[in-house]
Amino acid sequence: MVGKSLKKWWPVFVLPTLAAFIIGFLWPFIWGIYLSFCKFTTVKDVVWVGLSNYKKIFIGGDFSHAFWLTVVFAFVSSILINVLAFAIALALTKGYKGTNVFRTVFFMPNLIGGIVLGYIWQTLLNGLLSMWGQPLLKLSATNGFIGMIVLLLWQQIGYMMIIYVAGLNNVSPDLIEAAQIDGATARQILFKIKIPMIMPSVTICTFLTLTNGFKMFDQNLSLTGGDPGKQSQLLALNIYDTFYGRSGPAWKGIGQAKAVVFFVLVVVIALIQLRATSSKEVQA
Amino acid sequence: MKMRKIAAMGLSAVMATSMVPVLPVMADDAAGKVYYLNFKPEQDEAWQNLAAKYTEETGVPVTVVTAASGQYETTLQSEMAKSDAPTLFQVNGPVGLKNWKDYCYDLSGSDIYSQLTSDAYTVKDGDAVDGIAYVIESYGLIVNKTLLEKAGYTVDDIKSFDDLKKVADDIQARKDELGVKGAFTSAGMDGSSDWRFKTHLANLPIYYEYQADGIDDTDAIKGTYLDNYKNVFDLYITDSTCDGAELSAKTADDSRNEFINGDAVFYQNGSWEYGELSKTYSDDELAMIPIYFGVDDENEGLATGTENFWCVNKEASEEDIQATLDFMNWCVTSEDGTKAMSEDMGFTIPFKTAQESTNVFVKQDAEYTAAGLTPVSWNFTTMPSEEWKNGLGTALTLYAAGSGSWDDVVSAFVDNWATEKALSE
Repeated sequence: MVGKSLKKWWPVFVLPTLAAFIIGFLWPFIWGIYLSFCKFTTVKDVVWVGLSNYKKIFIGGDFSHAFWLTVVFAFVSSILINVLAFAIALALTKGYKGTNVFRTVFFMPNLIGGIVLGYIWQTLLNGLLSMWGQPLLKLSATNGFIGMIVLLLWQQIGYMMIIYVAGLNNVSPDLIEAAQIDGATARQILFKIKIPMIMPSVTICTFLTLTNGFKMFDQNLSLTGGDPGKQSQLLALNIYDTFYGRSGPAWKGIGQAKAVVFFVLVVVIALIQLRATSSKEVQA
Repeated sequence: MKMRKIAAMGLSAVMATSMVPVLPVMADDAAGKVYYLNFKPEQDEAWQNLAAKYTEETGVPVTVVTAASGQYETTLQSEMAKSDAPTLFQVNGPVGLKNWKDYCYDLSGSDIYSQLTSDAYTVKDGDAVDGIAYVIESYGLIVNKTLLEKAGYTVDDIKSFDDLKKVADDIQARKDELGVKGAFTSAGMDGSSDWRFKTHLANLPIYYEYQADGIDDTDAIKGTYLDNYKNVFDLYITDSTCDGAELSAKTADDSRNEFINGDAVFYQNGSWEYGELSKTYSDDELAMIPIYFGVDDENEGLATGTENFWCVNKEASEEDIQATLDFMNWCVTSEDGTKAMSEDMGFTIPFKTAQESTNVFVKQDAEYTAAGLTPVSWNFTTMPSEEWKNGLGTALTLYAAGSGSWDDVVSAFVDNWATEKALSE
């Protein structure tokens, strides 16, 4: 029944989304790749320059600095977010009083946009830093980096927590009961039953946190703006800065080339990560 | 329930109206239309009114869109790629023109060009007149005369850098007695305010070096007068309302509010601030003095020039180009146009038909010039790139906070100049 009407009506469901996808994503994407081989000021008039933009990516060394900083940032933030989100999820599935209130509270930061968060946290952190007599966010790359980590943790832990809570609720009580009867300790139950059973959640959460870490832009822009002197600039901001911050048509194409390299990089890392974690998923 | 419905209706009404200004004016295509992408957010309202008046008078639709502060290049780039691109836009001088010279209509035969008081107020690409300045501005040290007198000085006591330092140090030492927080408003190095130092103050060492060498641009700056630059900047950050380490987070609003609240006596900024300041202070309480630099103080006037050049989009249709040229000309020659530009916008315009400005700082600039002082020209239009300015800004911020050295500032000034000039070729 369903299958039959689906056969007849599928265009109604698929085409609007497909059209939106092509207009809003696929076409700009292809156009963007083409532009990375061109020199241009506006996208109306472009001149083909071949690979020269790609050769100029590393001028000044700011791209490689941003690259390594982003790698460190993505890994540090992913690990911290996942560990903390999982710990909170565990605490909030124990059935304590007020669990729902806490779940809501932890989730809320996710609903605020990154730019707004960045400015709010800038004020908060600068207040603390100046009280402690430390250099402010824009004066010290280390403080800026820590600030971004704190901000991202605060924003994302709640979201990942919800995914882990859902995973933990799906672990069958039968398994846990059986383990308890067999005399397993709480620690054994956690590592031998709960974690293996929620590996699909781990896969999705590490995927999300890792790619979010690599792609982070808003928070970087508003919290530190890349200061001091690009020292806290992550890849996405570096690309933006190349594209808009430099005058002269040549830089637009170079920024575009950086964006293509960036895309390939994120895809490769995401694929490696997906393969690594999904191979650990188990069926019960 | 009813409340909710009303709220929902209200919200959708707001959302609907917010879409209206974005729609391009379609009517009367044959007669041409004007789309002006305005650079100055402070003057948005005045431009909207002037555009409405022009439309009322001539029937030619004029759309004025103002880019958010600091977003002009970005906005211009995306707007220029549209089919209804701006017909009138602006560049900030020769360096800004590099991006847009392929889009600039040659204004050499236009009416507005013939109205200019001097050929110096243009940017050119070869013989083609690509841009025409529409406003002349001055900057210097804005002084709260009341507070200065309370401290026992008058504006006439300050005629050189040494005088300035003496007065400022004295005020700083007696700040509690005088009820101020410092001699100078905070030299905020936030993006909203750092241009006052990485661009405007940095103009002075460039100006004096160009003067000494008899040039008007260079591929390699020597930094002959950077010690003077350091002296002035040191004065700003020591005789200040706040600690140097806090400057990185201080904004333009912070600085202006300190001046408005009477927390500081001196405030480095320009004639464009008059509108805001005159809400609190009467004309008698305000003065602008040159930023004495310790090089040629007897002859130094206010820094006067422009970085606002009108360009007409060459790619627009012929009717639209003509409509735009007519509109520009009307703005600077008609009674309504010149009045709006001088009174509502507070501009001094470099055209023969200009009306006298009510802006006290502008008047002062004229007085200084009449008294034989030489206005400092705006040479920062020759700074190699935004990148150069940002590098200098960062070095200054770190220096002010005590975590960077002055050598880094010198290197950002001199070495980066050569690098960036080479890159922009």
